[in-house]
Amino acid sequence: MAIACETLIDGLLLGALYALFGLGLSISLGVMRMINIAHGDFIVVGAYLTSLTMQFLGLQALTSLVVVVPAMFVLGWLLQRLLLNRVIGGGMFAPLLVTFGLSVIIQNVLQETFTADTRSLQAGNIAQRGFELGSISIGLLPLLSATVAVLLFALTHLLVARTHFGRQSRAVADDPATARLIGVDDKNFFAVVTGFIFVAIAIASVLYAMRTPFSPSAGPERLLYSFEAVVLGGLGSLWGTLVGGLVIGVAQLFGARISSGLGPFFGHLVFLLLLLARPNGFFARAAR
Amino acid sequence: MLRTEGLGACYGLFQALFDVSIHVGPSEVVALIGSNGAGKSTLFRSIVGSVRVDPHSVRLNDVPIGGDSERRLLNRGIVMVPEGRRLFPSLSVLENLQLAARNGRQGQWTIARLFDELAVLRPLSKRPATSLSGGQQQLVAVGRALVANPSYLLCDEVSLGLSPLAVTDVYALLRKARAGGTSIVLVEHNVNRALSESDRFYCMQKGRVVLEGNSGTADRAQVAQAYFGV
Repeated sequence: MAIACETLIDGLLLGALYALFGLGLSISLGVMRMINIAHGDFIVVGAYLTSLTMQFLGLQALTSLVVVVPAMFVLGWLLQRLLLNRVIGGGMFAPLLVTFGLSVIIQNVLQETFTADTRSLQAGNIAQRGFELGSISIGLLPLLSATVAVLLFALTHLLVARTHFGRQSRAVADDPATARLIGVDDKNFFAVVTGFIFVAIAIASVLYAMRTPFSPSAGPERLLYSFEAVVLGGLGSLWGTLVGGLVIGVAQLFGARISSGLGPFFGHLVFLLLLLARPNGFFARAAR
Repeated sequence: MLRTEGLGACYGLFQALFDVSIHVGPSEVVALIGSNGAGKSTLFRSIVGSVRVDPHSVRLNDVPIGGDSERRLLNRGIVMVPEGRRLFPSLSVLENLQLAARNGRQGQWTIARLFDELAVLRPLSKRPATSLSGGQQQLVAVGRALVANPSYLLCDEVSLGLSPLAVTDVYALLRKARAGGTSIVLVEHNVNRALSESDRFYCMQKGRVVLEGNSGTADRAQVAQAYFGV
């Protein structure tokens, strides 16, 4: 019983990180109607950037966010301005192909630069620390990353629901042509949105790299987990993505209990079964 | 003074407007009359920057503004109420207005003033915009344009599909806008209403202006001929 409880808690904590992976994907689908196939690779780029920051500036893993977050914002802004804005608005395929190419390029550049070896961050003693709740032990780092993930979802929710930025994003998602008519400069706005998405990616990548070794080819798997979280939650539903991530995390860790190498497999299995039961995900917005 | 001079506009290879020259003076109401496909909406879209046109073919107070971005033209005070209202379903009534008020110009038309003028909307302000009745939605759509404080308000078929009572409300709001100094260009399928609400009119046919005149002294037979092209 205690083991099941611990697995559940660990799964939820891991799932929150997956949800954080999916947050950016959920926003780009919801606001810009585009999918960034290189999403997972940018998470890995963020991880390498963190590693470099720690190496050359002597920062701790968490304090490196001070450098990594603004750097990733700029990277996202430039990516949208210089590349993605040229292919957006003309259907799903063009952005899909461009970001697929980007994914291939990023993986190869990372491999050329950093070799194919896995790398891990010196997370410091936070990675070892934990505390006991009765017979259950909880790691401090997973708890921290889950807290950050939930806070970031809450922040995004407030941003979308309460601010001018959020009103613009919902208007553009509803009807880009009319949004332009009332003064929303969609191309410029999309650059800011992608900048924000990359901030989420930056935070996710630091937390990810602190708990898992990574390599240049780790991106597609991050993308897959992100996708599963977004699709399971229902397209366009922010909180759905969080729930979707939690479900995948729990499924993976219970799967790993059954057979230690099969965690991801069970994650995918549960994803497929739930998708059969609810093809539109948990909280899909009603079709208009 | 807002004017187009020899304005031509194309969608790809299809030319929708030929050599259109119209002008709208301060506080003037001008009607555009014509059948479907005559180019009225394209003319509007050319003026507000949704269709790329030659810079010199649209002039505001003799400054060439053709082909400017929609945002810049909004800030010059040229605002369109699009056909079919086009409110944002994910935004409440209030949010639809807030977005336009924030992006548009400062001026006499504030959201508070709008709710004073349209008391019926105040209790509905938190509702999703597209959950309102057609007439109320049209009032919000005109209001959304007004809170950007336009000097020139282009109204594309604001009475289409509304009950007679609702049409009266919409035009009452437009008259208040005009009283505040806003010039209005109307595209209106109801020719009688178009002429009775306007100072001057232009008839369009197949992308060209074929007739213009003073609305008060318009010859209905001539207008009908220009409308139907017979």
